[in-house]
Amino acid sequence: MLLQAPDQTTTYISTGVHPTCRLGAKYTVRLWSVRNARLLEWVYNTLADVLLKLHWLWNYIGYHRVERPVVVIEKWAKSFLFDCRMCGQCALSETGMSCPMNCPKQLRNGPCGGVRANGNCEVEPDMPCVWVQAWQGNQLMQNASKILSVQPPVDQSLKGTSAWLRETAKRAAENSKQSHG
Amino acid sequence: MDEFDENLMDPSQPLSQLPGHSSRGRLERILRRGDFAVTAELNPPDTADPHEVYDRGAVFDGWVDAMNATDGSGANCHMSSVGICALLTRVGYAPVLQISCRDRNRIAIQGDVLGAAAMGVNNVLCLTGDGVQAGDQPGAKPVFDLDCMSLLQTIRTLRDEGQFLSGRKITAPPQLFLGAAINPFAPPHDFRALRLKKKIEAGAQFVQSQYCYDVPMLKKYMDQVTDMGLHENCFILIGVGPLASAHAARWMRSNVPGVHIPDYIIGRLEGSKDQKHEGKQICIDIIREVREIAGVSGIHVMAYRQEELVADIVRESGVIANRKPWRREPNIGDIAVIKAAQKKAEIWAEAQE
Repeated sequence: MLLQAPDQTTTYISTGVHPTCRLGAKYTVRLWSVRNARLLEWVYNTLADVLLKLHWLWNYIGYHRVERPVVVIEKWAKSFLFDCRMCGQCALSETGMSCPMNCPKQLRNGPCGGVRANGNCEVEPDMPCVWVQAWQGNQLMQNASKILSVQPPVDQSLKGTSAWLRETAKRAAENSKQSHG
Repeated sequence: MDEFDENLMDPSQPLSQLPGHSSRGRLERILRRGDFAVTAELNPPDTADPHEVYDRGAVFDGWVDAMNATDGSGANCHMSSVGICALLTRVGYAPVLQISCRDRNRIAIQGDVLGAAAMGVNNVLCLTGDGVQAGDQPGAKPVFDLDCMSLLQTIRTLRDEGQFLSGRKITAPPQLFLGAAINPFAPPHDFRALRLKKKIEAGAQFVQSQYCYDVPMLKKYMDQVTDMGLHENCFILIGVGPLASAHAARWMRSNVPGVHIPDYIIGRLEGSKDQKHEGKQICIDIIREVREIAGVSGIHVMAYRQEELVADIVRESGVIANRKPWRREPNIGDIAVIKAAQKKAEIWAEAQE
């Protein structure tokens, strides 16, 4: 009853393409990133510190002006490494360097109950479950407790914007608050 | 029947408020007083006829403490869960409103929660939902605006802070008993108990599990849960259900997301002459085993297309012993009304002390 006959209205359906799977990519690089979560965590922390040190520069030029070039670089780097979807509110540090937006249900808080016995996705049987990967990557990371905190719902209005700059501005604001307060 | 568990003026209305309770429903009362609870899943009809819903509810009458109204389970289209719940509350049944994140965004869901609470719904089960590929309309757009965790948080905000996600005030917040789902049988196994902890932090007060056919695996999970003390903050109901045949079991295992059926169960079905009867017997055996596990507060019977077996399963397994769940009775005497009023006064007096 649940099994569907192929859609008769479409004459051609390419193999391996699913409406919720926008990238036709294989998962090699994504899985490498999870295996090297510790390294990438260090790389990100270093990058975040550098960006924070350059806060005066971003402020001088104007955050809204640097947004576009930064987005280009961020998108290129994170798409390559994590199949990033540019949600604009990066959770990679909380999810073991496995991007939760690649989950067909876009879960931000852990695996659904449909994970297959082999650890693959319920919706896309060929794809290793993003959250099984996240759990593995998380155990390699230094700050491994972050995966247990509850994430707020995704703010769809931030899609396509730079998470790096937002995080930098946020940390700079916190720092100045501390030094003034 | 316990007269106390009914609104004697009008069975379609919520019960009176008890101290420390977040809802005015029967299910929360039963769990909090420490009774072993039984809930069942109502198979949603494909019709606009309300009597179909009443008939399907009547099958469980007097055997279960609450009925789950599924929200397009398996991504198949049926009557909406809000509609079913509204009908069930009219005749006094205690429904559990299932909300899945697959079909509606946060605006629609918050509106539905208020609407359902206004119709007398006291229990909500927050689910992520099966992917659209599992159902009869795989071309549909999957929404998944919230996930089960942020859904729990959202409804808790509506209830406890009396405001929408945006911060806008609600004049009369919904009084709800919040539930979530667990699946101890899917990988990553060592993350599952931590995930329950996360759900409790997000607001879950009770959880119902996926079908349990592998009791040893459940025991392992419950050991982790009791070690962390999670069962003290959340009522855990284990999902069970009769398998119609070995063929049906194999089909379920490969087609229904998240269902784990070990080979020895299928072997036991195959080896018997009357597979349907054996399926029921397996279910009863599992219930008896599950009941003995520390930290389990009840069972959730999902007898898809075999709903008529639920009463038998509950009776033969003896889980509710001599307790009689609420049933519809047209004329309740004055004595019952007085008794209920006295009991309520007693409980409040105790709470005052």
